[in-house]
Amino acid sequence: MATAVLDDPMLTHPHLVRNVIKETPDTFTLKLEPEDGRHGTSFRPGQFSMVWVFGVGGLPISISGDPAERHQLVYTVRSVGQATNALVTQSVGSALGVRGPFGNGWPLEAARGRDVIVVAGGIGLAPLRPVIYEVLKHREDYGRLVVLYGARSPRDLLYRKELAAWARHHETQVLITVDYGGMSWRGHVGVVTTLFKYARLKPSNSVAMVCGPEIMMRFVTRELEAHGLSRNEIYLSMERNMKCAIGFCGHCQYGPYFICKDGPVFRYEQMKPLLEKYEL
Amino acid sequence: METLERIIAEHPFFQGLESYYTGLLVGCGANVRFQPGSYIFKEGEEANEFYLIRSGRVALEIFAPQGKPIVIETLEEGDILGWSWLLPPYLWKFHAHAVQDTRAIALDGKCLRTKCEQNHDLGYEVLKRFAQIMERRLEATRMQLLDVYAVR
Amino acid sequence: MVVVAEGARATRERSSSRAVSKELPAVLTASQLGILIEALVRRGYAVVAPTVRDGAIVYDQVESVHDLPAGWTDEQAPGQYRLKRRDDEALFGYTVGPQSWKKYLHPAEVRLWAAERQGRTFRILNNEAKAEAPRAFLGVRACELAAIAVQDRVLLEDKYRDPIYGARRWGALLIAVQCTQSAATCFCASMGTGPAISNGADLVLTELLGPQGHRFLIRPGSERGAELLDEIQTTPATEADVNQSEAGVKEAARQQTRAIDTNGIKELLYQNFEHPRWDHVAARCLTCANCTMVCPTCFCTTVEDVSDVTGDHAERWRRWDSCFTQTFSYIHGGSVRTSGKARYRQWMTHKLASWIDQFGTSGCVGCGRCITWCPVGIDITEEVRALREGENHGNP
Repeated sequence: MATAVLDDPMLTHPHLVRNVIKETPDTFTLKLEPEDGRHGTSFRPGQFSMVWVFGVGGLPISISGDPAERHQLVYTVRSVGQATNALVTQSVGSALGVRGPFGNGWPLEAARGRDVIVVAGGIGLAPLRPVIYEVLKHREDYGRLVVLYGARSPRDLLYRKELAAWARHHETQVLITVDYGGMSWRGHVGVVTTLFKYARLKPSNSVAMVCGPEIMMRFVTRELEAHGLSRNEIYLSMERNMKCAIGFCGHCQYGPYFICKDGPVFRYEQMKPLLEKYEL
Repeated sequence: METLERIIAEHPFFQGLESYYTGLLVGCGANVRFQPGSYIFKEGEEANEFYLIRSGRVALEIFAPQGKPIVIETLEEGDILGWSWLLPPYLWKFHAHAVQDTRAIALDGKCLRTKCEQNHDLGYEVLKRFAQIMERRLEATRMQLLDVYAVR
Repeated sequence: MVVVAEGARATRERSSSRAVSKELPAVLTASQLGILIEALVRRGYAVVAPTVRDGAIVYDQVESVHDLPAGWTDEQAPGQYRLKRRDDEALFGYTVGPQSWKKYLHPAEVRLWAAERQGRTFRILNNEAKAEAPRAFLGVRACELAAIAVQDRVLLEDKYRDPIYGARRWGALLIAVQCTQSAATCFCASMGTGPAISNGADLVLTELLGPQGHRFLIRPGSERGAELLDEIQTTPATEADVNQSEAGVKEAARQQTRAIDTNGIKELLYQNFEHPRWDHVAARCLTCANCTMVCPTCFCTTVEDVSDVTGDHAERWRRWDSCFTQTFSYIHGGSVRTSGKARYRQWMTHKLASWIDQFGTSGCVGCGRCITWCPVGIDITEEVRALREGENHGNP
């Protein structure tokens, strides 16, 4: 029989659900606190946890809270199947198992002193939100902040109040678009790449961080390159099947990379030859 | 105050056009302004102008059977609005709805079209530019169609 | 981190034993080998060795030398495996069977932990492991030593450490046997993993049959091995013994008919993602996953959650998994590798190419199991050759 030792990375730790916020009809934000307070909640923007529902299963969820708020872990989850549905239907006071944090993070160090472009599609804004928090908290350490965010329709937009608040910051631009406008939407309609021409930044001194469906990331990176960013200044967060998050189960391999430990954040330079391959 | 000529000449769309032709366009151009909520053109109408948007937002709309408009795309500062004037049957395919106070330069498409028929070199230059716009719109539209955020 | 290294011949670090190569070899008789086994049992080891069962050589716990497959040999070919009687009583006169030592080191099924509900929360139960007897692996071939080193690198020497593998590995005593014959599917020589054994084992045996009787050349490969050797009676080896041993190993190498040319193999696979050969192999491959189960370096697993009828008690189990399964690459929306072609290509590219970037060596040790145990006889050495030559063979 195997022993689970306290620092065993396959051992999960109970966390209590403190708050459940409905962001959109199918997406919820959960705020968790460690039950025993023993396990720290510090993480780097871009990292993820393996979140476990008793007797159901575990899955990788990006941490989408503020790294400075060390008492809690925040996850924004979209219900797309049995496991995610089990997560979003948790009520306040129930417990989930958390392992992690895992993975590398967004390149905040590389972005210091430079303009930061955050391009998010759909739920992809969740793993990028900690970046926005960081940059706004240390505003002097970075150049301009441009947030380009696309969602399917107006009711699928996440963090609406925060988006408006972020836009009011100094040297910060928040541009939002939807694929389908509906009746009362007076904002921009079109894919997120159509926002690029309105972004005010210096491509020669920018770092771009992109997260969203893979198709969206493919056309966004093309557009970023067309606007003068090099492939080493464009970063993507990739996603694949994960069972362990520690490089042993083998499921998350993408070409030679383990997305759990070599990623999930990669430079476009590394990803470009792989993104072009079908069924890799 | 910016002159029409300067705005047109500096716009990326008109780059490389001989000054004779830019002069021609300027001659047929005019500053226009649309109140929020007004329609610049409607589906089915004769297409004789095109617009270089200077500020504001224009929604391209199509009407569903229930009678309510669906916005398929929005255009803003720097975008060119309309190319149906260039190709037969020279009729608008969508409604153009100014959703904000919109300022634009209206250009005489009918006049330009006639000149293109007479001078094929000019015609080629104009078509090349519009082909680029159409290609980018087509690409963007296809991506919209992909519905990448949907749950499959 | 992704590490780039060239070829299969990169030096493998053995962390469990130190080379004690300066010591002179000794010779054991067959009955003295039996005494060695008994000495191990006395020291509390569970001795695991090849045995014959169900028409194959499988690893199982043994009590004495009489449990070994005396007088048996194997005949292997793509999709074929047979045991045949020898005309002598050699104890190790065969190569490798369908199992590998990962059966013990990286077990097929293991419970990670159990938990029980407590009100609205849950508690991880105290999972003290029963103390397990350390194991002595008797009869480890060169390719298998190489495979253990490959798994050491993956499971112990990368960003994280697998405590399950670690606990089983550090207790294990490795008694290796140098092959003096090869099966038709062996190709360790071309992979640089054998048949000669240099380091990685605690003791190294070579079986010698001849006019002087049934003996084993034995030399220690570590301090632990040397201590064990001191406990049993041996005679010093003569030069003739050493020569016979070396000749046997050379003969094993000579018998190998298969090979993989590993020059530039990483580029070969990376650059031929769309090679028509993949369609050719896809038409044959059943995605049955046999190859991944018999492969001594394949390490992929999955986790499964089970709970009891009341729903109050849950367990997390780890099981072997295979990249050949339909759902291995499943993410919301569907699996990424849906076609058998994509899955075969993934396995082969990972084994021969990506592994080098990931862990610094090839993932293949040339044991040939995947060739023997493939029900349709797909031969990895043949697939590499076809990719190189740009050919598209007809059905073999």
